[in-house]
Amino acid sequence: MTSLPNLPIEGIPSGRPSTETRWQSLLGADRSDRIYRRILTGFALALPALILTLFGVLLVNALPALKRFGPAFLWTSTWDPVAEVYGAAPMIFGTMVSSFLALLLAVPLALSVAILLTEFAPRWLRQPVAFLVELLAAIPSVVYGTWGIFVLIPFLRAHVVPPLKAVFGWTPFLQGVFYGNSLLAGAIILAIMIVPYIAAVSREVLLAVPTSQREAALAMGATRWEAVRSAVLPYGRAGLMGAVILGLGRALGETMAVTMVIGNRHDIGVSVLQPAYTMAAAIANEFSEATTSMYLSALFEVGLILFVLTVIVNAIARILIWRVARGTAVGSRAL
Amino acid sequence: MNRTTSLVLAAMLGAALPAAAQVTLNGAGATFPNIIYQNWMLSYNQAHPDVKLNYQSIGSGGGIRQFSDGTVDFGGTDAPMTDSAIAAINGNVLHIPTVLGAVVVAYNLPDVTQPVKLTPDVIADIFLGKVTKWNDARIASVNAGVTLPNQDIIVVHRSDGSGTSFVFTDYLSKVSPDWAQKVGKGASLNWPVGLGGRGNEGVSATVRQTPGAIGYTELGYAMINKMPFATIQNQAGKWIAPSLESVTAAAAGAMKDMGQNTDFRVSITNAQGAQAYPISSFTWLLIHKTYDDSAKGRALVQFVWWAENDGQGKATELGYAPLPKEFRALIQNRLKSIMSGGRAVWKGPSAE
Repeated sequence: MTSLPNLPIEGIPSGRPSTETRWQSLLGADRSDRIYRRILTGFALALPALILTLFGVLLVNALPALKRFGPAFLWTSTWDPVAEVYGAAPMIFGTMVSSFLALLLAVPLALSVAILLTEFAPRWLRQPVAFLVELLAAIPSVVYGTWGIFVLIPFLRAHVVPPLKAVFGWTPFLQGVFYGNSLLAGAIILAIMIVPYIAAVSREVLLAVPTSQREAALAMGATRWEAVRSAVLPYGRAGLMGAVILGLGRALGETMAVTMVIGNRHDIGVSVLQPAYTMAAAIANEFSEATTSMYLSALFEVGLILFVLTVIVNAIARILIWRVARGTAVGSRAL
Repeated sequence: MNRTTSLVLAAMLGAALPAAAQVTLNGAGATFPNIIYQNWMLSYNQAHPDVKLNYQSIGSGGGIRQFSDGTVDFGGTDAPMTDSAIAAINGNVLHIPTVLGAVVVAYNLPDVTQPVKLTPDVIADIFLGKVTKWNDARIASVNAGVTLPNQDIIVVHRSDGSGTSFVFTDYLSKVSPDWAQKVGKGASLNWPVGLGGRGNEGVSATVRQTPGAIGYTELGYAMINKMPFATIQNQAGKWIAPSLESVTAAAAGAMKDMGQNTDFRVSITNAQGAQAYPISSFTWLLIHKTYDDSAKGRALVQFVWWAENDGQGKATELGYAPLPKEFRALIQNRLKSIMSGGRAVWKGPSAE
């Protein structure tokens, strides 16, 4: 094909026949193709537009609170709707701590499941276990919350906290009376909820590690475990990190199950036995009955903070993955 | 268009013609009266097919907001609108009480079988964190013959904004100057101590699961779930167990202070009357004083009047306390004052 048909195509200057424009003009040559492209573009742009609108709405509605309380909103801890004094520090603290504690508990569990299922388990066991673990993700969070109140908390009170206190009771992290609803209960519920996400993605990542990696390690005289540790895990580290961040994102935003067991108290304490609060829980709890405009605005500001926090976490995750993933590690492209 | 289609269309239009007089009334607000409102609206619609009523239980705060924004025709609330909120809509609102509710103080003391008695100031001090043990002398002194355990009191309150919290703290503010000054009253509060449970079910679940816990829930909820609740000393000094009768008695007692021109934004907590249960409350419908659409205004007023008369009969079986009969004349006067285009939309039951 030596001469191009001179079609008026939007955005593509005609008469410059590079490979790319020729490809695009071929694509755009048909009318239905052009319509199709516009529809796709519209749909694709709708999503970033949605995010920006969301941010805009949060910002506009939070403005009165931003003006009134200024940056002190971030580090003061009084939340008094009667006196109209608001500070979000306990919720920010509770959100971060409960999510990170949940990660601390969930990551070893989820990675163990993923490694077992890809490297060690007999073939007949893999699918059923994987299916059951992923089934955890299908349970509605209100069910987790109810289970937390009626099963987990009594269990913690009877069998977990007393021995924990007996051994580590001297640390500041286990001070105070354990009532049940607490940071600890919230973190454990969260951990259970994010395990399936981390496990499922990790399993996919490990499955994608080429067999040659394992064979090479085994050929060098490594044991199965050494092969996993020295060849498989490092190869998939970017993807694994992505899995963890996915779990973290889920933990930060989880609302229902957490609010049912965390105790909903606007307090900052180092003890995990004390009740705490999270931002998502506070918004869900208080939004419907927020009668004054300043109260509403303060809740919008909490939403804004949660939004920004999530963006920051995702940005950090992205940077970490780019750093780690230089080269050809599995999963880096997908993330 | 072929013949069949046009015939079908004509038939549909014909069927739609009588429906031109159909009135749809939308409301939103408090969750507490939702069960009886839905029941009323269904029954009313069966008797009056031309009036369709919808009510969404989104919470009192949301109800007030939507009513003020004009997105619904009427609102429902457990806490009356504040003066500033009323001023913001140029005073175009009437509060019409529909039924009564009450808040009970529920507790978890597995070894105590008789109902525990609590004085108002002790309840306030428990929720302030000043009384911390069940065998505190101030609790023991009014519970002769009951062996109270040497156990920590674990306070449980609502974490979500709620009319139940409003009623409860409105009561505490009246009986305890300390509470009024330190905490105040509201749907959401800065609680001095305790755990937050989400909804009546969250509070009651936490109370049941936690030995030594004390919390507050709606009366109807506590009755259905058979939770033990405290007998409370009322203003007259009598020990009153919460019941539908003692709640209605509170409204009758409070009416003595209300006067003929009341706007019904009256708190009936700590009411007078020997049989009055002190933590009782109205729940209100919010109705505009003037409606642009007179058909809507009339249909709404007729429905409300029906609810205040025939509707009251359903209250008890659904777990609500009916209004004292003495209220009807007052409410009738208020409903007669509702205008559309300079004319009253309703002239009273006799004019129908």
